[in-house]
This record gives sequence, structure tokens and C-alpha cells, in this order.
Amino acid sequence: MPIRVQHDDFDAGAEIARLRANNPKIGAVASFIGIVRDLNEGAAVGSITLEHYPGMTEKSLSAIAEQARTRWDLFDVLIVHRVGTLAPSDQIVLVVTTSSHRGDAFAACQFVMDYLKTEAPFWKKEVTGDGARWVDARETDALARERWK
Amino acid sequence: MKLRVLYFAALRERVGCDHESVAVPDGVVTVAQLRTWQAQRGEPWASAFAETRRVRAAVDQTMVDDQHALHDGAEVAFFPPVTGG
Repeated sequence: MPIRVQHDDFDAGAEIARLRANNPKIGAVASFIGIVRDLNEGAAVGSITLEHYPGMTEKSLSAIAEQARTRWDLFDVLIVHRVGTLAPSDQIVLVVTTSSHRGDAFAACQFVMDYLKTEAPFWKKEVTGDGARWVDARETDALARERWK
Repeated sequence: MKLRVLYFAALRERVGCDHESVAVPDGVVTVAQLRTWQAQRGEPWASAFAETRRVRAAVDQTMVDDQHALHDGAEVAFFPPVTGG
């Protein structure tokens, strides 16, 4: 499955090996892994909990992957996003794009992440020393998406 | 018109439930009108919908703008700007 929302951790190496299997036409693989940081806006983060909108999440991620496929010459777009409670240094999201050449793979990978950050219905709540708080959306994420228009 | 309304994240906490079935009056046919109706329902909806800028909407699991038309039986979700990835 190219789109997965799961509680479990993922193994980027195994995921990439699976995408590359039996496709000698792939000349480039680009990947991005998002990780929980131990510090956000000056506060030490103990854990984060990711909530999502089951159904819309998968629909939204599929639409983003499909847009990337239309825009660049790609073999695969893989998106794995975790939900539930995660600790600092835990992996949150994996995006892998495969193509004949690096240009398309790099651009598509960045495009998918920029859209995911602003369109896919996930919300982070973090637990800090001051209690639990919902993470605010960043203006820079909206700007990052705008540049693809 | 009957709608299934869903709330997520901070909005779910403010409203105090994750979904409800509502029957809206005849004049409520767009997302913008539904927002206004919610803000006039009294608490806890009034507070939850006070900061309009902070409330996004999806109809039938697709993000939409305020002018989007509603239909009977639609699934309408309200939530804060997304923060995944």
C-alpha cells in the first residue's frame, strides 16, 4: 500500500527495498523522515499525541500523492504517517519517491511534505512541563506550500 | 436539512464531543452559514466558533472554503489548522 496511517513504527530501509524490488528502471530514490523533537517553542517536550480524521486522512494523502505523480515523472510515492502517542526521537512520517532521475524524486518528495503539512488532517498535542497543549500551525508551512503554485 | 457534524483536536475538546447529528434551519445552505449558526447556538459552540480564522472545514472528507454548499446528509467536519508531519 502506498499510503498508510499506523500506530506502529516503520523501517525506511525495508520500505525502500520493497519499492525498488523488481524495478531496474529506478535511478533515484528520495526520502524524508519527520522525527519528534525534544524541544518546541522553548519548552521541553515529554511526548506528543497525534490525532487524525480517519477516512479523510487517507483520502487527502492519496490526493497529494496523485498530484505529485501528475506533476513529476515518478514510479512510486509512498507515505507512511504514524498516529497515537510518540516520544522525542520517535519517527512520525516517511515519504519516499522513486524516479529515473534525482530531480523529479527530490522535488516530488518536498512537494508531498509541504502539502501534507498544510492539507492532511493530523493534529499534534504535546505534553511539556507546563501541561498539555495543541501545537499551533506555522505560517512558514503555508508559505512552503504556496511556492508550488 | 440534517447533517453529521464532526469535531477534531482543540475544537473537539471545546465542544465536548467528537460528533453530533444536527438539523439546521432552511437558511443554512453553505459552510459559512453553518459556522454562523453554530456561533449562535449558545455554549459551548459559541466559544468554539468565536475565532473563525482558527476553524477549518471539510465536507464529505474534502477540505472546502466557506462558500461551499451543504447537502442533506453531508458529513461536515470542523477543526483547527492541521499540524501533522
